[in-house]
Amino acid sequence: MAKEIEKAGIPVVVITNLTDIAASIGPNRIVQGSSIPHPLGNPSLEKDQEFEFRLAIVKKAILALTDDIQKQTVFE
Amino acid sequence: MLKAIHYINQFFGQIGGEDKADYRPSFHTELVGCSNILNSLLSEIEITHTIICGDNYVNEHTEEALSEIIGWLEKEEFDFFFAGPAFMAGRYGSGCGLICKAVANHFNVPVITSMNEENPGVELFKKDIYIFKGGRKATFMKQDAEKMALFADKIARKEVLAPAVEEGYFGRGIRHQYFPKPSIPAHDRLFSMLMKKLKGESFQTELPIPEPDIVPIASAVKDITKARIALVTSGGIVPKENPDRIQSASATIWGEYNVSQLDRLPAGDFVTIHAGYDSEAANADPNRVLPLDALKYLVKEEKIGSVNDYYFATVGTGTTQKEASRMALEIVEKLKEQAVDAVVLVTT
Repeated sequence: MAKEIEKAGIPVVVITNLTDIAASIGPNRIVQGSSIPHPLGNPSLEKDQEFEFRLAIVKKAILALTDDIQKQTVFE
Repeated sequence: MLKAIHYINQFFGQIGGEDKADYRPSFHTELVGCSNILNSLLSEIEITHTIICGDNYVNEHTEEALSEIIGWLEKEEFDFFFAGPAFMAGRYGSGCGLICKAVANHFNVPVITSMNEENPGVELFKKDIYIFKGGRKATFMKQDAEKMALFADKIARKEVLAPAVEEGYFGRGIRHQYFPKPSIPAHDRLFSMLMKKLKGESFQTELPIPEPDIVPIASAVKDITKARIALVTSGGIVPKENPDRIQSASATIWGEYNVSQLDRLPAGDFVTIHAGYDSEAANADPNRVLPLDALKYLVKEEKIGSVNDYYFATVGTGTTQKEASRMALEIVEKLKEQAVDAVVLVTT
């Protein structure tokens, strides 16, 4: 799906745990998520710590959107 | 009788479903689950052990999983290694590929698995191992296992192997010189192809060049502090009654949901309907899959312009590439109508 969005010229960043699979499919901006059932979660943390954890991944995603990459990039 | 070892996931290994996807590898001297089916279809080879591992574990802790499994295999004697069949299951296909590739690198034995052509494991691993073309669902278990068994028996009997497309596995990109009978000189074959091409007739190339599907890089967002960001997910996060009746697997429907009045997705009001992962964490806090809270926070902090009023959701498991593309194109129309500048897409 990310491929179609990017082909339409809309910058898209994919957050996923399985970055190899995402990379083989084609979108150019990929951010490593936390785990398969909760890519932006960490149930072992306290609520406010978990929010900080999520925020950090989302900030990375936002940075990826502003990054003028020259080739497919996985932001870890 | 030659010997083989078979790798399967937690589901086909009768350990459990998604709730056991974190299952650490186990090694069995008594065959488990579908190892018995595959074994019954082999005539020259006997499967001696089943290895079971959870789909999440092998993908999230690959090094540990491989280290343990290779460690066991080093103590055993085996002539073949099998994995799956994995059908359309993406993590299972990826897991089979990871294990098989490692076995192929460590041991000098034929490594054979099977998965559907849309399984992401195919593109990732077809060059490294024999991946047979499989069905979409577990109803194809016997057919898929049979193809693996017939081929393995052929190798066991040292028969001459035909090209990939005839044997039924995804081409590995390995070229062998072969002499067709009757033998036709290259210049005659070339001329024949050229004549067909000029006449607009179809012909079979002797050297297929794969076309890379490169997506041109979309330009970076110029001023993110003014940008409208939309959330899209294939993780199946929807309002609790699933008003659009999006399917839990093999989805053909997507939904558009208004979050303009929310600072975060409240648990209970939004749930996951995705059948491909354990829903506990996502249902306890849907923001773990659709990070609305984090994005709204960034708006307050003036780090991004705004969050789009609507987010878009469907379910990725078992969904065909064709349907996913179609849904994505329809979503793109909405993104354009709603003047979205960039998308954060979360997949599970």
